[in-house]
Amino acid sequence: MSEKFDVIVVGAGPAGTACAYTCAKNGLNVLLIERGEYPGSKNVMGGVLYRKQLEEIIPEFWKEAPLERPVIEQRFWMLDKESVVQFGYKGLEWGQEPYNNFTILRAQFDQWFAKKAVEAGALLINETVVKECLVEDGKVVGVRTDRPDGDLFADVVVLADGVNSLLGKQLGFHKEFRPDEVALTVMEVINLPKDKINDRFNLSENQGCTIEIFGDSTKGNLGTAFLYTNKESLNIGVGTTLSSMTKAKLRPYDLLDHLKTHPMVKPYLEGGESAEYLAHLIPEGGYRSVPKVAGNGVVVVGDAAQLVNAIHREGSNMAMSSGKMAAEAIIQAKNDGDYSESSLNRYREALYDSFIIKDLEKYKDAAHTFEKHPQYFNDYVPMMNQAASKFFTVDGTPKREKQKQIMQSITKEKGRIKVLQDLYRAWKAVK
Amino acid sequence: MSTKTIEEKQYLVRFKCDTKSHLTIINHDVCNTKCDDKLCTVFCPGEVYKWEGTRMQVGYEGCHECGSCRIACPEQNIKWEYPKGGHGIVFRLA
Repeated sequence: MSEKFDVIVVGAGPAGTACAYTCAKNGLNVLLIERGEYPGSKNVMGGVLYRKQLEEIIPEFWKEAPLERPVIEQRFWMLDKESVVQFGYKGLEWGQEPYNNFTILRAQFDQWFAKKAVEAGALLINETVVKECLVEDGKVVGVRTDRPDGDLFADVVVLADGVNSLLGKQLGFHKEFRPDEVALTVMEVINLPKDKINDRFNLSENQGCTIEIFGDSTKGNLGTAFLYTNKESLNIGVGTTLSSMTKAKLRPYDLLDHLKTHPMVKPYLEGGESAEYLAHLIPEGGYRSVPKVAGNGVVVVGDAAQLVNAIHREGSNMAMSSGKMAAEAIIQAKNDGDYSESSLNRYREALYDSFIIKDLEKYKDAAHTFEKHPQYFNDYVPMMNQAASKFFTVDGTPKREKQKQIMQSITKEKGRIKVLQDLYRAWKAVK
Repeated sequence: MSTKTIEEKQYLVRFKCDTKSHLTIINHDVCNTKCDDKLCTVFCPGEVYKWEGTRMQVGYEGCHECGSCRIACPEQNIKWEYPKGGHGIVFRLA
């Protein structure tokens, strides 16, 4: 195959497919390369897809895409050993158009999305690994695949090769990631009849619920757990930064079992049947870990560009938006006949001017702060639980006296100044 | 039933194994003499790495291709590639 394409996209996940779709829709000659048996077969996600960014690519996609449930309730748990402090929001407006977000199962969803790109005119090749980018005179001119005579050429190569992005590393766009820049996450899909899910989560037909769980879910390590409702299954998972995992010598699947058997979690899963076990890295380095995203004849999108907002569990939506922005820069580059870095930097400018980099910038210190000061997960989550227990237990102590006792127990443990310092530091990291 | 062990978990996953490992220990002596903790045997979510007294056994067939071992090996002693196209783990659901 010595044909030259306008665009070669490496990786048929949300970012790559969004880019391929947009380019093909605008008449470009696009090759989309996927290393798995089918798009989605290598991809893992907790399961929440935000509506807005995909809608900008495929209007009213919810009428045809394989989605699980629109999420109408988001709960947050501060979990201790035998108790939990919870808050959340439930709103019926999220259960109707235009929706806020959906739970999805990626193996199905990614196949559907890639099919849309193919219908728009892109050529999809599965079961093909891109081993390296072909570089000539400082310009990426194509890719070398693991197929016989597998060199393929294009004006622009889009690196949508996911969190490990070996190709970005090959080009020197980023170094090997550090263990504190990625989160190792494992999860299980557990089948459960629809009625049981609706009863346990207090849901009606076609309503979904998500629970984010902090504290004892990671045994106090920097990370989170989640429990999401699909149509007839639950996704339950847990992850911490890889550095926390190694420091605490945790086995990720033991952590998952710790979560599944936790007395606050177990009743939700009762009688469920495990259907799949999955592990994946999440790029969580944030703003400071975003690599170079445009070069001569090449752009980087999605997880490969570390575009994940861990605090708001946003990633697939950012991936899709970045893919679309890259496509728009490529279309302009084709019109100008200029595929140089300065031309493709239009993508970088759009990215940095969008909510994606603005949000990453907002939280640029968060991960570092919480990794360096583990007391937020270790100490404050149990303290919140103890305070709530004390305050709501009626034992004849006057409420004002109770308040005083609670404040005293918190400051006695840490000292008033330390508590104020911790509060200020946390506020600064997320403000 | 909900799984209780890593063996039960791995049994749920579909793998289309290549005959050749995509994971290579660059130098077995390094594992033996320089690495006390052998953390890869702990954090690997597929329990791919098992220490067998003098050498690291690599059960690449059960690899989730997450990349953790490449990033967290303290001696950078693991050569990590993707399995041949169409091979390796095949997620069917999420």
